[in-house]
Amino acid sequence: MLEVRNLGKRFGGLAAVSDVSTKIETGKVNAIIGPNGAGKTTFFNLLSGVQKPTSGQILLQGRDITGLRADQIAVLGVSRTFQTTVLFNQASVLDNLIVGHRLRTKSGLLDVLIGSSRLKREEQICRDKAHAALEFVGLEKIATRLAADISQEERKRVAFALALATDPQLVLLDEPAGGVNPEETEGLAELIRKMVANGITVCLIEHKMNMIMSLADRIMVLNYGEKIAEGTPAEIRANPAVIDAYLGSEHAGV
Amino acid sequence: MDLFFQQVLNGLTLGGVYCLVALGLTLVYGVLHVPNFAHGAFYMAGAFVSFHLMTAWGWPYWLAMLGSAACVALLAVLAERLVFHPLRHASPLHPMIAAIGVLLFLEAAAQAIWGADFQRMQSPYTGIVDLAGVTAPVQRLLIIGAAFALVVIVHLFLTRTVTGSTIVAMAQTREGAALVGINANRVAMLTFALSGVLAAVAATLYAPINLVYPAMGHLVITKAFVIIILGGMGSVPGAIAGGLIIGLAESFGAFYVSDHYKDIIAFTLLVVILSLRPQGLFPNAAR
Amino acid sequence: MMRLNAKLGWIMLLVLGLVFPFLAGNDYHLTVMSTAYIYVLATLGLNLVTGYTGQYNLAHAGFMAVGAYTVGILTVDYQVPFWIAFVLAGPVAALLGFFIGIVSLRLKGHYFSIFTLCVGYILFLVIEKWESLTHGTVGIIGIPAPSPIGPLTFDSPRALYYLVFFFLVVGLWVMHRIVSSLLGRTFMAIRNGDDLAESLGINLMRNKLLAFMLSVFYAGLAGGLYAGFVRFLGPGIAGVEHTFDMTMYMLVGGIGTLLGPVLGGLTVPWITQTLQWLQEYRFLVFGPILVLLVIFVPHGIVGSFIAWRARKAAQPHGSGHA
Ligand SMILES: Nc1ncnc2c1ncn2[C@@H]1O[C@H](COP(=O)(O)OP(=O)(O)OP(=O)(O)O)[C@@H](O)[C@H]1O
Ligand SMILES: [Mg+2]
Repeated sequence: MLEVRNLGKRFGGLAAVSDVSTKIETGKVNAIIGPNGAGKTTFFNLLSGVQKPTSGQILLQGRDITGLRADQIAVLGVSRTFQTTVLFNQASVLDNLIVGHRLRTKSGLLDVLIGSSRLKREEQICRDKAHAALEFVGLEKIATRLAADISQEERKRVAFALALATDPQLVLLDEPAGGVNPEETEGLAELIRKMVANGITVCLIEHKMNMIMSLADRIMVLNYGEKIAEGTPAEIRANPAVIDAYLGSEHAGV
Repeated sequence: MDLFFQQVLNGLTLGGVYCLVALGLTLVYGVLHVPNFAHGAFYMAGAFVSFHLMTAWGWPYWLAMLGSAACVALLAVLAERLVFHPLRHASPLHPMIAAIGVLLFLEAAAQAIWGADFQRMQSPYTGIVDLAGVTAPVQRLLIIGAAFALVVIVHLFLTRTVTGSTIVAMAQTREGAALVGINANRVAMLTFALSGVLAAVAATLYAPINLVYPAMGHLVITKAFVIIILGGMGSVPGAIAGGLIIGLAESFGAFYVSDHYKDIIAFTLLVVILSLRPQGLFPNAAR
Repeated sequence: MMRLNAKLGWIMLLVLGLVFPFLAGNDYHLTVMSTAYIYVLATLGLNLVTGYTGQYNLAHAGFMAVGAYTVGILTVDYQVPFWIAFVLAGPVAALLGFFIGIVSLRLKGHYFSIFTLCVGYILFLVIEKWESLTHGTVGIIGIPAPSPIGPLTFDSPRALYYLVFFFLVVGLWVMHRIVSSLLGRTFMAIRNGDDLAESLGINLMRNKLLAFMLSVFYAGLAGGLYAGFVRFLGPGIAGVEHTFDMTMYMLVGGIGTLLGPVLGGLTVPWITQTLQWLQEYRFLVFGPILVLLVIFVPHGIVGSFIAWRARKAAQPHGSGHA
């Protein structure tokens, strides 16, 4: 799906990501782990075009997308969630989601002024997409609720729905289970499996080891911006460098 | 050549005043993370309080300056407590608008108390000295001397004392400050107080060669914004360098280009620089 | 049901606006109301870029002045017929907005506001100093009234009132179209957060620029109306205080709502009119009000009402489509 070659990002003197090469495999759950400040979010920012890499290449299905803007990359089918979920609290959940499919529509100012049939059609499509995405994440029943009034876990699901409404091939999830309790985490893991079952490739950052180990097909470990290990959960668990840098003794048995 | 030095002198005068105002603004930006549009009103209030203390209560110039510094520091702390502190978690738009509310209130208050007219502040230093062909009004020399002395003092305070370095730490990274366990509330109040003092002193220094009126802060504050963008928001050396650059640019621009358009110079400079370098002149200093 | 209520409310406002000249005691009230409408029209624009798109433009009054001076200069110095000059007011402002937007909209958040503050000053100073073009501080005097269109003449306060009202209604209607469409949702996504919007495939620059140009188009149009209505222009109309005034209208009524600027833009001037002593010192009262609103009612009257209604609608028993 996505191939990364020698990717690097420097902030002044700090190398937040350095010389990372890896592949995100189609139809799999690819996980990235690493201690705080390891450069995981920065790595996502580079993949999604929010920040420009200072070195290296990113190939999406063989096509070089290095240096494209985030909106261009999104149109190519890469969508993402953020570590903190920002919704517009004064609007309903559904209203928050309708814009998700905007990138697949063409209506501009002229359509708005003349009230073109294209605009009406596209608005309906966006609305349908939003409903479908909500249904997918299991929140259809709270569609009319004010975004301010929903729980943290519901917010996470809405963020998934927003990413899904863009019709992505690859979804990047930044700490999807951050700040939710264990049962809810299991529910979110289930949802991620469902996404993969529906043909969407997933790449996620997560600190929750239980979740990662049971969910991921492949894991990449970052430390100080560098890739220190990569492999199946079993391989990662057995890797001494990883245990040293990240898992530590108390996590080793997890 | 004398004319040239005359412009240098004028530029340093302006630059000194700008440095003081911009210094306070940039420090407050570090704490507030939004532009404090009310800072110009603090400057205006500083001039009016000094003016009032001198004319109505007959205080001498320097004492009036001290009194005004204390008043404006208090005013700034009040603004921080009552207005900005409650808004610290709001979206950036809201504190910005609140700052404008404070600005409008202070200007209307000044107008209600002292009237909309232009007032002249008398300085005890009306003499003129001749420095090798350059005529220098004493007040101007005073501004330069006092402003730079104050800049040095503030600089020493910020670099040599624990409290000072805390302010700088906060101006640079808020999270960093939280990490080392800084009492953010105290630092915020202190920073506002300091910015108030600097604004009041700058205004009292500059007022005798200028005029005192409710809208007097507008141009100064806008130029201070230009300066801190040039120098990097939150950067102390940037504010000082930027203040001097703008002060000199204006005085030379007024002389060699057009006196008529001198106020546009700073803004045009900003527009040009931000057009070419959206991240400012010293992007790294901004963090 | 909800939608019906909203429609009904708008129709009532429309009727009120139409019969107002018959209720108003004198021409003075008509003038106050017409001036308020003009500023509401400009505030609609400010609300689009600030309330809906999240970019606080402090040069808005400057753009209104650009529209006004376009009409003033063309009609007085170049004898261009009023309506031709008027038609140009919006586009001239939008064109200037295009160039300023291209440069300034790359800047994030408050950098944009500071930049536009400076642009506002430059516009003001240029108007004040460039005497050969703008007549400087003397101002432009003797701008012709809007010339008759067929049987319609605009020489009475009442006729001018209806003219201004007409443009306000059209402006509101178009704004309604914009903000309730996918385009409006796009703008709101940007307000919510640049990064998220961009990750949803929204081209930030293009959309911000569009919102900005539309917004200053409204300002220019309002300025053109102002020129034809007041028929005298001075540099003062470019002053940043007017942007502050409009900010207050927007905030009192409800920032980022359609009705908000209308409500704020009509009530605030009427309150200041009624309390004469307030005129000069209005900010003594409105400054603190602005602060209190921002702290306690950040979404204004309309915004709070909409949130309350949405909450009610979402409750299980009352569920239905809003
Ligand atoms: N815009 C930026 N400018 C400067 N430094 C940055 C920037 N963004 C991130 N960094 C630095 O880069 C490093 C990596 O940050 P990043 O957010 O990618 O870590 P992370 O692995 O996502 O951490 P966490 O698990 O806490 O989310 C950190 O040291 C951070 O301070
Ligand atoms: Mg992270």
